[in-house]
Amino acid sequence: MSKAVHTHALTKSYGEGETRVDALRGVDIDVDPGEMIVLLGPSGSGKSTLLNILGGLDAPTSGEVVVGGQDLLTLSDNARTEYRRQHVGFVFQFYNLIASLTAEENVSLVTEIADKPMAPAEALGMVGLQARIDHFPAQLSGGEQQRVAIARAIAKRPSLLLCDEPTGALDSKTGCLVLEAIVEANSSLQTTTLVITHNASIASIADRVLIMGDGQIQEVRTNTQRAHPRDLSW
Amino acid sequence: MAFRLNTSPLNRKLLRDLWHIRGQAIAIALVIGCGIGMYVMSKATLESLQQARSDYYHREHLAEIIAPVVRAPRSLVDSLQQITGVAVVQSRIRRSALVDVPGFSAPITSQLISLPSDSSIAISDLILKSGRQPDPAHPQEVLILEAFAIAHGLEPGAQLYATLNGSRRPLKIAGTVLSPEHIYTIPPGDIVPDNKRYGVIWMQRPLLADTFNFRGAANEFVATLSHNAIEADVIAAFDRVLEPYGAIGAYGRDRQISDQFLSNEIVQLETMSWFLPPIFLLVSGFLLHIVLSRLIATERENIGLLKAFGYTDRAVAQHYLSLVTIIAVLGAIIGLVLGISLSRGMNSLYLEYFHFPALPFILPPAVPLTAFVVSLLVAILATFGAVRASARLQPAVAMVPPAPPDYSGQLRGLEQWGARLSPPARMILRHILRWPGRALMTTVGIALSMALLIASSFSMDAIRHMVDVSFNLVDRQDVRISFVEKRPASALYDVQRLPGVLLAEGFSAIPVTLRNGHIHRNEVVLGMDTQPQLGRVIDQNYHPVEIPTEGLLLTRSLAERLRIGRGDFLEMQLREGRRGLYSVHVAGIVESYIGTGAYMNRTALDRLTRDTHQLSGANLSIDASQLDALYATLKATPVIAGIALLNEAQHAFDATMQETMGTMVFFNTLFAALIVIGVVYNSARVALSERGRELASLRVLGLTQREVSFILLGELWLLTILSLPLGALLGWTLSWALTKSLDTELFRIPLIIENRTYAYGALIVCLATLGSGRLIRRRIRQLDLIAVLKTRE
Repeated sequence: MSKAVHTHALTKSYGEGETRVDALRGVDIDVDPGEMIVLLGPSGSGKSTLLNILGGLDAPTSGEVVVGGQDLLTLSDNARTEYRRQHVGFVFQFYNLIASLTAEENVSLVTEIADKPMAPAEALGMVGLQARIDHFPAQLSGGEQQRVAIARAIAKRPSLLLCDEPTGALDSKTGCLVLEAIVEANSSLQTTTLVITHNASIASIADRVLIMGDGQIQEVRTNTQRAHPRDLSW
Repeated sequence: MAFRLNTSPLNRKLLRDLWHIRGQAIAIALVIGCGIGMYVMSKATLESLQQARSDYYHREHLAEIIAPVVRAPRSLVDSLQQITGVAVVQSRIRRSALVDVPGFSAPITSQLISLPSDSSIAISDLILKSGRQPDPAHPQEVLILEAFAIAHGLEPGAQLYATLNGSRRPLKIAGTVLSPEHIYTIPPGDIVPDNKRYGVIWMQRPLLADTFNFRGAANEFVATLSHNAIEADVIAAFDRVLEPYGAIGAYGRDRQISDQFLSNEIVQLETMSWFLPPIFLLVSGFLLHIVLSRLIATERENIGLLKAFGYTDRAVAQHYLSLVTIIAVLGAIIGLVLGISLSRGMNSLYLEYFHFPALPFILPPAVPLTAFVVSLLVAILATFGAVRASARLQPAVAMVPPAPPDYSGQLRGLEQWGARLSPPARMILRHILRWPGRALMTTVGIALSMALLIASSFSMDAIRHMVDVSFNLVDRQDVRISFVEKRPASALYDVQRLPGVLLAEGFSAIPVTLRNGHIHRNEVVLGMDTQPQLGRVIDQNYHPVEIPTEGLLLTRSLAERLRIGRGDFLEMQLREGRRGLYSVHVAGIVESYIGTGAYMNRTALDRLTRDTHQLSGANLSIDASQLDALYATLKATPVIAGIALLNEAQHAFDATMQETMGTMVFFNTLFAALIVIGVVYNSARVALSERGRELASLRVLGLTQREVSFILLGELWLLTILSLPLGALLGWTLSWALTKSLDTELFRIPLIIENRTYAYGALIVCLATLGSGRLIRRRIRQLDLIAVLKTRE
């Protein structure tokens, strides 16, 4: 079976000469379709850089990176936009909802430009927010806002869902609700999902945990039994 | 680095903040600079003109009373000298004559003025620019006006010919001069100088007196006044003494034609100095307000941090005020430099039309002071609210990011209307509705700049219209001739026989005093045929008006000044011939953009004057192919004192307006365009800084640059489009106010704004929006998509 995500000897450097920083120093990963991966690691370990490259936001310096059969190394800026538009769902730490659009409209912002989207109401239903579809971000709690962001990310039926510290700005109880929504999307849509966190207790919801440090994958752990988010606390 | 050591961290932050918003800061400083520049330019030029005028008048003792008569003994000088308030009196002879300059085919109308026999009496002294005083031993030696000499390349020693009382006499130029009476030299009845076709010549009195039979006599008395004199009393006394000698009414400097034009220019400059600059300052205040409010919003956390460290409210407020002050001072400096150089340019332009001995640049000290104070005041007032808010921000509150703006309270009605809109279009609509005040300010700002464009360009439309009306509807004659003295009606037959004359219409011109209650004015009533074809009058719909058999027609400007309307009666005192006093009714009001005027049916006027010699001159329509033959005949015709060539007058008018108005319009347009760019670019820039994060998020979600640009620039375009009708309306209002404030005795500027001027204003606004949009799109391309994932607002 072809891999959903494949990288080999992936490097990313910023700057030149003395100011040069190697953010990724040869990353090799393979992720199966529908797999749930948690990337763990301290600040500066390179996990966000990896996520940005996989999400088509940044170009690698060298190495191989293939997502859904598409080689990201050679993509132009426009092609990368198109790649994000059709294949990638993003969930950010600070939700990044559009304040002037309601929950439903925030979702339709993405469904209108995707090829085979689900209805915004359906996506919001999947994250348990049917009753709040007409609410503006200012009328929603932090957790609700993040669930709208998840609905927005999955509504296009992305092949890759990238979540960068999705619970970073939330308390434990709300964070669990958000993780539930992510896990639900992963299992019901079979979306390959990568979640970045430095919260080790979240790692147990993943199929595999990649532990990063110093720009490399330092350890790979496989969970034989995935925990349910509602059983977590931190 | 010494600079670093001496600079507090807060000041260093200030400089860096300034550097960060340098584009916007420069745009605002330029807008302030334009307003201040315009103010400084008009004030400095105004001061230069006024000072040069008063120095010149004072130094050369410009006559303060001018009293023309038909003919009076010179000895009257003694009686006039006795009048209380009179300092010095002088008599002189003034005649019109045709002059012939070798090599120039068209006849030249000239004023011949006698030189004082006694040079110790100082009235309206001449300044010798080249050559020497005429030698009494050579009576044909004359002085001529420098501008006339330059126009024809005449130098001392050169010769010209004048038709003096029927005989062609050679005159030798002894020198060229400037005269305070002829700072602005225009042919009678014209409004722009034509130094080729009109000249002033000072002749020695004996020759002039002998030629025109004025030995021991004069036809004009001029006087200066003593310190405490009351001008009106002196004028009344002059009129009493001179009445038996055919006085047509003494007048003061304010009715002297050269001074009237100079005063008119001064009124325009004065208007300029208070009319447009406030608009520029208003707009720059608005720009400062939005830019600083935004800067402070993005600096919330820094403000909280500074306060947490112990910086006082005052220090924080001072910090932001310093930023505003630097921009305002920069603007004032730009304005000052701009104003000074423009004023110097204006002075040299003025020197081409106003013949002063010198027009030194003067900058009254109050002007730069006002410039700085006003710029600072505007800047501080505009940003006071934002600065105060920054000072009052509590550290704990400041360091927490603001809650997302709440859009839930918006009008649902509008929402339903917009239900079919796409989410990006809805974002635009809701953003405008969420901050309607700011959207309104942006719209008004853009509209104001369009209004400025219209108000600064409409004068060209108005002048084109004035020229069209004056030369194609009113004065349709090719040539106007005036006789040396009134001629019998039969003289028209002689005129009709002149070579090339297709049509000739006679007119009479009678000096009168028109009186309505306590208001009175000395005017000239033109007696015209009932249905003149050449020199006509028109109503406000530009239709030719038939001259009624009874009553007077007054131009609107004269009627307004006499406070009289159609059907009212006024007293008309003839100031020549039998000098009768009549009560006449105002038969109608007619339009005229240039000067004031009163018209009457020639037959009716003849009845009043009971004069057998009624014609003052004639309007002619000419066969152009016989122009040279006509010129040659006219030059040799002794009874003709002046010839006005209407085509030439129109060309001179066009050329002058192109040069003077064209320059003004160019600069005003440049300034207005700068405002448009300032407003549009700053609005877009602020919008980008506010919504950069949102837009970057959308880019991450897969929206293309074009789609993201649509959200930002769509709002800008929507506001721009909304501002166009408002701008047209404000432009009309501003132009209307300008015509009202520039309404003088000499000109009434019609409120004519052609569609293309509106279109031009709209085009410049749209181009500025397009240009700003391009700059903004470049910034959208540079949005940091990665930072947005990691940072909170």
